[in-house]
Amino acid sequence: MSNFGKMKSILIKEPLKLDCGKEISNFPLAYETYGNLNEKKDNAILIFHALTGDQFASDINPVTNKEGWWNYAVGPGKAFDTGKFFVICANVIGGCMGSYGPGTIDPLTNKPIATNFPVITINDMVNAQYKLLDHFKIEKLFAVAGGSMGGMQVLQFVSNFPNKAKVALPIACTASHSAQNIAFNELGRQAIMSDINWKDGLYDGKTFNPDKGLAVARMAAHITYLSKKGLQEKFGRNLQERSDLKFGFDADFQIESYLRYQGSVFVDRFDANSYLYITRAMDYFDLTKQHGGNLSKAFKDSKTKFFIISFTSDWLYPTSENKDIVIALNAIGADVGFVEIKTDKGHDSFLLDVPDFLSTIKNYLNTTYLNINERRI
Amino acid sequence: MKEEFKVISELIDEKSRVLDVGCGDGILMEYLLKNKVVDVRGLEISKEKVKKCLSNGLAVVEGDAEYDLKQFPDLSFDYVILSQTLQAFMSPENVIKDLLRIGKKVIVTIPNFGHWKVRLDLLFKGEMPITKNLPYEWYNTPNLHMCTIQDFYNFCNNKRINIFKTISLNGQKTSKITSSNLKFKNLISELGIFLLEK
Repeated sequence: MSNFGKMKSILIKEPLKLDCGKEISNFPLAYETYGNLNEKKDNAILIFHALTGDQFASDINPVTNKEGWWNYAVGPGKAFDTGKFFVICANVIGGCMGSYGPGTIDPLTNKPIATNFPVITINDMVNAQYKLLDHFKIEKLFAVAGGSMGGMQVLQFVSNFPNKAKVALPIACTASHSAQNIAFNELGRQAIMSDINWKDGLYDGKTFNPDKGLAVARMAAHITYLSKKGLQEKFGRNLQERSDLKFGFDADFQIESYLRYQGSVFVDRFDANSYLYITRAMDYFDLTKQHGGNLSKAFKDSKTKFFIISFTSDWLYPTSENKDIVIALNAIGADVGFVEIKTDKGHDSFLLDVPDFLSTIKNYLNTTYLNINERRI
Repeated sequence: MKEEFKVISELIDEKSRVLDVGCGDGILMEYLLKNKVVDVRGLEISKEKVKKCLSNGLAVVEGDAEYDLKQFPDLSFDYVILSQTLQAFMSPENVIKDLLRIGKKVIVTIPNFGHWKVRLDLLFKGEMPITKNLPYEWYNTPNLHMCTIQDFYNFCNNKRINIFKTISLNGQKTSKITSSNLKFKNLISELGIFLLEK
């Protein structure tokens, strides 16, 4: 990870009060930007990343040397057109790409903070990222957008700062993490914590690293990102570089080999403790509860235009949960658009090349930007 | 189509909140936004059409009026519009009930099955009529509950729904429909436009 030096970050000096009651201060928030902020500073879009994402939404991630996680959507002429818009994306606190997280070295001990890192929430993540507006001296964002956990951050952002974004795009997400989703996250955490090398979170990252546990966590999670039909069509019962079953526990099937690969590459770029902290933040997310059981109250002061998108084959954050957000917004007469995109690609659809999805966002953003400027809403 | 939009637009007060149920491609919504200072929302069942609306920046939600109108609170819109869609519902009566609950006023437009050309088609050809506003064959029509202007007029009276205004549209020509000219207008109108209140 020698390219860590190329990362941009702000140092948040003033104390940030966390939901757990603790306070943090003087901590780094790593970010990346794409495109240019115009003179009026009215073309900024803040994009929030999902569980295993980072600030490198587009281009080549300088740390992994792979394409950014939202390269299909962010770039010149793309859905989030960086020829027009100034896209900002930050690594969430709790993450492992330069922002304050369990992997941050504690100067007192010269060791990672590890499990002494406070349990953070989606609310804490959003409050930290809000500081980027001050940094760039942006009075009001044109849009906030994100899928999955990124979508949860969009909802929390608009709830916390009702007049700081003209447009909100929560994609394939929920206002309240479901029991099923908590269950899958717990499976991942248990896989990590049962790895002997986890050592109560005090692994050194060299001799001891809970790679096996983290890989299993990733494998299990990866299944939830795909649809049954998608898996069947892509892999079926195809065998992996062999003409017949081997009567053993090697990866006979392509799907096994695929999952093993996904697990092995993931551990090279992700920190096990970060995985624990971020999945916990997702589990704690319940915007409805934050507002006394009435989700509409979360948005009652907002003049934001909402555009909510779900996917037919997403069973992790199904259309019904996205529609609950639409219903809460309609209940207070908010400006809301909603479409369910037809695709077999499961929850992962928002990260993939789904032309309908990408073109609708692109047109919506471009038209809305023009409308807002022309009509001076 | 343009004439219908013009009549609807004239029925709507400035600075009101409008919901277009079954908004299709959003052309009526765009017409209203261009000609009036209004806040317009749409509900549409077809994904393709919803995508088109959203691409044009319109606030349209994908949904089925027979189920998804429930989410809108009582009297949350000044006007609710149902343009040439009533006949396609499983239960038009329930949809009208919901519209009257949500909107302070409701505008319903009806492709008139009582028009003389429709009557002649059935009388002389003995075949289900196909017209400009109803261009389907009997086996592929989405229209489950066809009615005439007179049928809908009677329906409103039976259900004690207040009819504020009824307008006949025949080609480019508009005229008022009253209880005294109803029989005649039911014969010559292609479209009936009703302004209702609970």
